[in-house]
Amino acid sequence: MSFSTEEIRRYGRHLIMPEVGLEGQRRLKEAKVLVVGVGGLGSPVSLYLASAGVGEIGLLDFDEVDETNLQRQVIFTTPDVGRKKVEVARERLLRLNPHITVKTHDTQITSENALNIIRNYDIVVDATDNFPTRYLLNDATVLLKKPLVYGSIFRFDGQASVFYAGKGPCYRCLYPEPPPPGLVPSCAEGGVLGVLPGIVGSLQASEVLKLIIGIGEPLIGRLLLVDALSMSFKELRISRDRNCPVCGDKPTIKELIDYEQFCGVRTSGEALDATRNTVTPLELKKLIDSGEDIQLIDVREPVEWEICRIPGAKLLPLGQLTSRLHEIDQTKKVIVYCHSGQRSALAVKLLRDLGLTNTYNLAGGIDAYAEQVDSSIPRY
Amino acid sequence: MKVVIQIPSALRALTGNLYKVEVEAESVGEALTALIDRYPSLSRYIFDEQQRLRSFVNIFVNDTDIKTLNGLDTRLKDSDRLLILPAISGGRAL
Repeated sequence: MSFSTEEIRRYGRHLIMPEVGLEGQRRLKEAKVLVVGVGGLGSPVSLYLASAGVGEIGLLDFDEVDETNLQRQVIFTTPDVGRKKVEVARERLLRLNPHITVKTHDTQITSENALNIIRNYDIVVDATDNFPTRYLLNDATVLLKKPLVYGSIFRFDGQASVFYAGKGPCYRCLYPEPPPPGLVPSCAEGGVLGVLPGIVGSLQASEVLKLIIGIGEPLIGRLLLVDALSMSFKELRISRDRNCPVCGDKPTIKELIDYEQFCGVRTSGEALDATRNTVTPLELKKLIDSGEDIQLIDVREPVEWEICRIPGAKLLPLGQLTSRLHEIDQTKKVIVYCHSGQRSALAVKLLRDLGLTNTYNLAGGIDAYAEQVDSSIPRY
Repeated sequence: MKVVIQIPSALRALTGNLYKVEVEAESVGEALTALIDRYPSLSRYIFDEQQRLRSFVNIFVNDTDIKTLNGLDTRLKDSDRLLILPAISGGRAL
């Protein structure tokens, strides 16, 4: 594979480093990297891979750009809202570097299509935002013996590593199972500092380039923690679990499984309970309009309460629920809400377990209430 | 032994936003129990019904995974640093 004079000029700052040189740049040009998730992490990852001259970049995402993405997903601009993420990103990457190829996968990655998609790439970047896809990517890359460049973010905390079966641990060695849905808050509920995916995504891009060129020490067997609040980086040694169900000595997972079920997204008992003890936004409006004496409890955080609230509600953040239980009038029907209905489902379970059986969850939270009942409530 | 437990962002809402909590304990298990005594709502994030460490949480003592030490029975020294590291996954609300 040779380079045109335009490419030589473009990649000059790489070519003059002996660690990269023409040979390293040739490897970059021959490499095929799949970026799964074109969001906070996928934006910097794909931009840096494109500018570095990675020859083929695959972009996988089924979503469209929305306004809430723009706080951190730097590959998109305001006029892109409503357009397919993979299409916008592809155009942007090709404008950045016309010497590369960008393939788009406008789909959700599933147990059915994962192996066929991943098979065509040398390296996979985990830039996803949910547990079922993380476990799916982990198992698929273990089965295909390909490196998985992992990144994950929440609020001010980030994690990065390289999982590479045969050379080090996999994601399941670190976390054999995911938390049950709703137990650990998501970024949609807990928030994320806009620049954090920029930091973690840049770390991932850097690992991808090193793996391709074959230089330095990749983050195999090491988990890098980033704390943007104290601006500290910590490195933890992680080791392969001999009993790991997918990369251990006697693996029990030899093909891809149902990851939604594994992560409890469907058919969880807790979820079923939650649907039984639910009121819809329209039912809540009827209750309020009828003048029935209900107690409306908001279990979000004070900063969210500052943004918006349902009139008549009382703020009782989830973390203080048990210690401030006496503030709930147990003689009334209690309706609990949060932003999207996840935290309040937990709160309802907690309160019912404590004997408050006349407690219900507002399905879809204040967000659904704002959408369906009261458009004067700002959505976030 | 006086040890410091570092609380991850994901669980800080349950410790009144405290970043570090100091407890007295001889072992990792004792340190976690002392933490939960102070913040009972942390319990379900750390232990399952059989009082085993939950599989989406890792505990490190001075940056070493307790799985490679003695697990919850790992002995502690004065000023040891414990880190609770739950799995995090970003955006989508499940």
